[in-house]
Amino acid sequence: MNNAYLYALTGIALFTLGLYALIIYSHLLRKILALNIMTGGVFLQLVALSTRARPLLDAVPHAMVITGIVVAVSATALALALMLRLRDASGSAELIEEPTE
Amino acid sequence: MLIVLPLIGTLLCFLLPRQVKALGLMTALAIAAGAVALLWQLLEQGAMRYPVGGWGAPLGIDLYVDGLSLLMLLITVTVGLAVSIYANAAFKPEKAVYFWPLWLLLWTALNALFLSADLFNLYVTLELLGLSAVALVALAGGSAALGAAMRYLLVSLLGSMLYLLGLALLYHSFASVDIAILAQRMESTPAVWAAMVLMTAGLLLKTALFPLHFWLPPAHANAPAAVSALLSALVVKASFYILLRLWLEVFPLSHAAPGQFLGLLGAAAILWGGVQALRQTRLKMLIAYSTVSQLGYLFIAFPLATTMAWKGAMYLLLSHALAKSAMFLAAGNLLLFGGHDRISHLDRVAQRLPLTLAAFALAGVSIMGLPPSAGFVGKWLLLDTALRSGEWGWAVVMILGSLLAAAYVFKVIGYAFTQAEVTHEASEVSPTMEWTAFALALAAIVLGLLTHWPLALMDIGAPLAISLPALDSGAAA
Repeated sequence: MNNAYLYALTGIALFTLGLYALIIYSHLLRKILALNIMTGGVFLQLVALSTRARPLLDAVPHAMVITGIVVAVSATALALALMLRLRDASGSAELIEEPTE
Repeated sequence: MLIVLPLIGTLLCFLLPRQVKALGLMTALAIAAGAVALLWQLLEQGAMRYPVGGWGAPLGIDLYVDGLSLLMLLITVTVGLAVSIYANAAFKPEKAVYFWPLWLLLWTALNALFLSADLFNLYVTLELLGLSAVALVALAGGSAALGAAMRYLLVSLLGSMLYLLGLALLYHSFASVDIAILAQRMESTPAVWAAMVLMTAGLLLKTALFPLHFWLPPAHANAPAAVSALLSALVVKASFYILLRLWLEVFPLSHAAPGQFLGLLGAAAILWGGVQALRQTRLKMLIAYSTVSQLGYLFIAFPLATTMAWKGAMYLLLSHALAKSAMFLAAGNLLLFGGHDRISHLDRVAQRLPLTLAAFALAGVSIMGLPPSAGFVGKWLLLDTALRSGEWGWAVVMILGSLLAAAYVFKVIGYAFTQAEVTHEASEVSPTMEWTAFALALAAIVLGLLTHWPLALMDIGAPLAISLPALDSGAAA
């Protein structure tokens, strides 16, 4: 039981850490990595908390996490591709410039 | 099935890039036929549940249709068909090769989202929706569009993560993610509140409600016109639809506070979006900010929380989907015609592109909420509820928002009639593109004349019926 809580708290910590990094850093690669850390935190949370929902091992959250990992990988791939395109299109700037119009 | 059809279309479009236009249109028509067939079934049998692969709700995945989801499907089909026809005329073949698969994938995600009956399925479809929408924005190319797409992607992923974290908490509490099962087991514990706050925050981020709207105008304004129309008309509505499901079915509003809060944000969105729209110098930015403002109206229904108010919000959602897609398509025509979309340089387009301007004006009528249009019906239902329950504040905000809408629509139309100082070389706009924009705008007006029909549809399965009984009897009188 204690273990599960430890994992869950770690998950929350990772999520918060990722959120902080996502907002603070302007480099896109860092932002993408931050999102990945957040994702990891959420998955950890899902698996850790599920042990409390039922006495025995519950397979549904595991299925969810696997689906989630697939989604996260494709999202990361898209983000990285976009980042490269953006770098090609707007010179070497890898940061997001604030919209001015 | 409505989900499989566009998915097959997507794959075919990837495999056969030469016939992409014909294939895409055929898929679109097939989806439309499927949606009409579903409408027929629904009218005869009422709300339906369909277990995929024969597994029941707790283990397997269920699909669920009621009046609300069907209306969303139908509006998707209407806007989708028009945009498909428009896109075939607007995109050059080399762009169409990318547009069609992505758009059909987006359509798959939308259909799946409206039919899903469990929260995790909604997460997956939401993510699919976000990814294909981002790719569509990036289709325009150029650093502005790519930057907007990147920002959109980050926001959308952050929103999904918040949603998923909330989902983890809900699963932890109730060991299920099926909406119907959750609704039965729901109780008001701190964990549930935390989950609802997280999920709502994530969805608000995706719906672009006022303080979280910053990503919307650049993304919607920099995308190609057909894509902007889809994003504004359908994609932001999808996350609003999930919000509705959450607060109406999973967690019925037993407390007024969150509703009031959402309403206040909505009111702020109406005013802020309206003022910002007035300040814009580019047509597509103006329309995008108008979306921010119109989305605010949908959230006014949360504090009112009667069946009437929900119906009003839904009606407004439908009318906005039609009118805003018409506006973006018209703006796309103007952009193509003059090579720019600076409002002050619209050089006598009223004489030269009468049909496009008529489409813009008709759509404007619906956005403002003038009588015969669908926008009027939605606003009327909301206003009526607000006045009946004595909540004058919301009514005042709604009327101010309409005034602002009138101001920015007339700003555009005024420039369209006058001669600009700089004359431009005008290029051809194909009649198909003009007619599709006009047809959508006309649909927004016609929807205002046929009020009975959609309102009756909303009652199937009674998705909007949950509300305070005292207020309900007053509104029904």
